[in-house]
Amino acid sequence: MIRSEVLKTLIPVISDQLVVCNIGLPSQELHLLDDQPSNFYMLGTMGLASSIGFGLALAQKEKVIVIDGDGSVLTNFGTLPTIANNVANNFVLLIIDNGSYGSTGDQPTYAGKKTSLATVASACGCEHVVECQAAEAATAVQAALDSEQMTIIVCKCESGNIKVPVIDIDPVVIRDRFMKEVAARNND
Amino acid sequence: MSVNEKIVADLVNNKIEFVTTVPCKQLAGVIDQIENAAEIFHIPSNKEDEGMGLCAGAYMGGKRSAIIMQNTAIGVTINTLVTLIQYYHIPLPMLISYRGELGEPVACQAEMAVHTKALLAQLNIPTYHFHHADDVHELDAILEYCFMCRKPVAILTDASFWKGA
Repeated sequence: MIRSEVLKTLIPVISDQLVVCNIGLPSQELHLLDDQPSNFYMLGTMGLASSIGFGLALAQKEKVIVIDGDGSVLTNFGTLPTIANNVANNFVLLIIDNGSYGSTGDQPTYAGKKTSLATVASACGCEHVVECQAAEAATAVQAALDSEQMTIIVCKCESGNIKVPVIDIDPVVIRDRFMKEVAARNND
Repeated sequence: MSVNEKIVADLVNNKIEFVTTVPCKQLAGVIDQIENAAEIFHIPSNKEDEGMGLCAGAYMGGKRSAIIMQNTAIGVTINTLVTLIQYYHIPLPMLISYRGELGEPVACQAEMAVHTKALLAQLNIPTYHFHHADDVHELDAILEYCFMCRKPVAILTDASFWKGA
């Protein structure tokens, strides 16, 4: 399974959740599969999906799922100690690890070689780290949501992309509709 | 009221509840004050672009946020300032130690100091320079302005400011 197939299996689990999605193809695929005001699409700023989602989780009570990638986490490695040391039990970080920089032409990442992101997350102090295969992703995310514990999931999948259109929504619109959704859920 | 107390009081008055910091010797006092402020959640960052991501998320979660960092971080965060903070219209007060100015003992700090204001000007970031201790009295209005216009705003605080504080 490649990332877009993993995302497809996740939709029933994440469609009604607050989701912060990584830059490039992951956001474009999520937008194509299931556009929702509860999705925050990153249009730029490689690496910061986990930081944006973690700040969001710390600031309000609703659960937050971050769909991140191995290349993105490698870009912003400092994120894992920050997450580990400031536990937010409404936070799930799903790292879809296809061992490559998918949006830029599938150049290999070190996560696809000797570096284990699950081991790194544990070494940084993250207490609930799950490594799973692509077919188990939806089950793992549902279990993390049910557990009410901050969870880092490293989902191994194959490298590869489908053709998807770019997101043609103004960034201020993405941010504004997302904030209104977050506020409405917190006021319920 | 000390300058550090005044800074934290202004943050609180402007409903800033989420502050991330990357340390600088000049900022040690204000970082301590923030760590001890009951009204503010303080989360240290490992790098300033990571911190701006945290601030953007907290803002979308309904909490006003701010970052405290050194001017060397302008070099680290240009892409984040442009493609996240400015692109999505996210207000972000940046309290910045302006290293490399008069009184600086470390020569290397002058190298980034000479670029600091030019970079901020190039990025169209409203920039205020605190040189005298009294300049802190403008902070409240700067913070109000930042959230009014939803822009990143830079407050440069040099060694003379902290010496007189």
